[in-house]
Amino acid sequence: MQKSENIISIEHVSHSFGDKTVLDNINLVVGKGEFVTILGPSGCGKTTLMRLIGGFLKVSEGKIVIGGQDMTETPPHRRPVNTVFQKYALFPHLNVYNNIAFGLNLKKIPQAEIKKKVMQVLKMVSMTDYEERDVDSLSGGQQQRVAIARAIVNEPDVLLLDEPLAALDLKMRRDMQMEIKAMHKKLGITFVYITHDQEEALTLSDTIVVMSNGKIQQIGTPTEIYNEPANAFVADFIGESNILNGAMIRDNLVEFAGNEFECVDSGFAPNEPVDVVVRPEDIYIFEMSDKAQFSGQVTSCIFKGVHYEMMVTTPEGFEFQIQDYHSFTPGKTVGLRIKSNDIQVMKKERLCNTFEGTIIDKGQVRFLDTNFPCDEAVGFPVGTRVLVSVEFGDVVLHDNEEDGMLQGDVDFILYKGNHYHLTIVTDDNEHIFADTTDIWDEDDRVGVTIAPVAIHLTNL
Amino acid sequence: MQKKFLTFLGRRRNWSIPYALFLVFFVVIPLGLIVFYAFTNNEGQFSFSNFRKFWMQPEAMNTFIFSVGIALITTFLCLVLGYPAAFIMSRMETRSTKLLVILFILPMWVNFLIRTLATVALFDFLSLPLGEGSLIFGMVYNFLPFMIYPIYNSLLKTDRSLIEAAQDLGATPRQVFLRTILPLSVPGITSGIMMVFMPVISTFAIAELLTINNIKLFGTTLQENIYNGMWNYGAALSLVMLLLIGITSLLNSEGSSKTAEEGGLI
Repeated sequence: MQKSENIISIEHVSHSFGDKTVLDNINLVVGKGEFVTILGPSGCGKTTLMRLIGGFLKVSEGKIVIGGQDMTETPPHRRPVNTVFQKYALFPHLNVYNNIAFGLNLKKIPQAEIKKKVMQVLKMVSMTDYEERDVDSLSGGQQQRVAIARAIVNEPDVLLLDEPLAALDLKMRRDMQMEIKAMHKKLGITFVYITHDQEEALTLSDTIVVMSNGKIQQIGTPTEIYNEPANAFVADFIGESNILNGAMIRDNLVEFAGNEFECVDSGFAPNEPVDVVVRPEDIYIFEMSDKAQFSGQVTSCIFKGVHYEMMVTTPEGFEFQIQDYHSFTPGKTVGLRIKSNDIQVMKKERLCNTFEGTIIDKGQVRFLDTNFPCDEAVGFPVGTRVLVSVEFGDVVLHDNEEDGMLQGDVDFILYKGNHYHLTIVTDDNEHIFADTTDIWDEDDRVGVTIAPVAIHLTNL
Repeated sequence: MQKKFLTFLGRRRNWSIPYALFLVFFVVIPLGLIVFYAFTNNEGQFSFSNFRKFWMQPEAMNTFIFSVGIALITTFLCLVLGYPAAFIMSRMETRSTKLLVILFILPMWVNFLIRTLATVALFDFLSLPLGEGSLIFGMVYNFLPFMIYPIYNSLLKTDRSLIEAAQDLGATPRQVFLRTILPLSVPGITSGIMMVFMPVISTFAIAELLTINNIKLFGTTLQENIYNGMWNYGAALSLVMLLLIGITSLLNSEGSSKTAEEGGLI
């Protein structure tokens, strides 16, 4: 992979629909010939980013350079980019041959040459003899191949693929993944691949761009992303993982789940709170012996084909997901061990909720567009701007949204071994983070309250 | 007894019986009667004399050709006026289209005879002559919504991603229209043409009112014959018209049977 030349560079691109920001200051550089995957859950802005690169949407802010030229304002038909659309978007009024020849016909290339090129790509996608077929008569996989052929026949500098395999069944998807990878190698052009499927991203890419909430969370090779996730979101999204709250006691020693572990991370302040990630396959599970660093009781064991997936609860009440080739029956007490370099320590993004607020009167502070009764408000003159902080555990969620002082939707749930860390998005698009042991589902509508004693104020 | 009745009702198939009866009495039998009358003479004997009369009588033949001409012109004008309107409507935001669609459909809420009488009054008021011009104006005015609606429907159903795909493959806005939007709206155009051409060819009331009976259309000839008790000849003329309409719909469905379900009203 040569990174000598950049084919796409996206500089400070933001985009919003109405007052909802879907992309927030995106910076991304794609090298020539690279296979880049933009990965993220639905609604993270990846499709918007693709549509901006393709030119189907106008950039609200920022700059897009393709092939060394500023293309921010260039309409799609003048960009050296071709797209494989999610639902194929084959022309129903044209047969396979004319679908593929569509772009070449527009370029006024001699018919003989068009024919040669179409036959070549048909061969490449293993669809020879299908040129006269009606596109509606093709299966999903075949339509997919035609869609790819229609794009690559134009020999673009960049091929955009928008979740091209999402509609195919698992086996077909696996086969197509291999073919797409082979195609990338053969064509040597840049592929920008959009997907929400982390396995697909890990299999195909040279570089993965993990996105969430309109921001890039991490850019790296598949190995980097998997082994050294930048934050809890990436760790949770890519593969299975145990994510726990911990504290960095000193360099190379971290405490989590009630035990101390050797690790290979350093550069944190003493006792700094951190997020710790351990992959399920990196925890050694064995009959209880003195080799154990800590112990636990197996609560469930499921056969997953190659390995067993077990849930183990420690005496301190932390739950671990563990994958191993050996099974242990539920109820059994087992020994557990984690190697120092299998522990990934991450800086916490935030330690508590912080908001900007104003003192309303002796007993109330206003933030998140809501007046909250607050004990500490007594100590501040009315009208003072203050920094409000609320511990994650002090945010109380109610099933009945009417019971809350303000309302929001559960946006993201992270299991932390003994509790859930929830991201609540309020109706004003503000984020509140809450720790809870109750089980919520994503998109649940909740009411939020905070006790007067739990609201802490400092001068801004 | 009651139980039997309930099981009878329980069979979904049986629900179609009322309509089947309606079809037999009001479609199949009348059609049979038309064919029977067309191929018999006054004495009820089998004969081709009615068709021979139509063929030999220049008046009826000329009216027929004239009617087809008027229908073609009306259909063409409706298409030329209707397509851009449908196109613009399909591109607009939903909220404003709803209003526009209602505005286009609104005249259809008024009985077409009243509408036509109003047109006559309008021409009088503007002291414009009643004749071919007013006839075509009246036809276009009456049947334009029937052209716009199916086209609008098929344009609305056009997948936006197809337009994006065309842009992506290098099509300029003009090429996008000519190579994707237009061919994809053919089912709508086809139904629009059918919806306008068929009624225009058989209408007589509009012609009567808008030309003060100066211009005869084929529908008028037909109506006069039936009215004057010339059942056999009238039936033969109806059959000729049915044949023409049948041929046009056949020609239409030939081209669009594949995409028929994607747009239009027929």
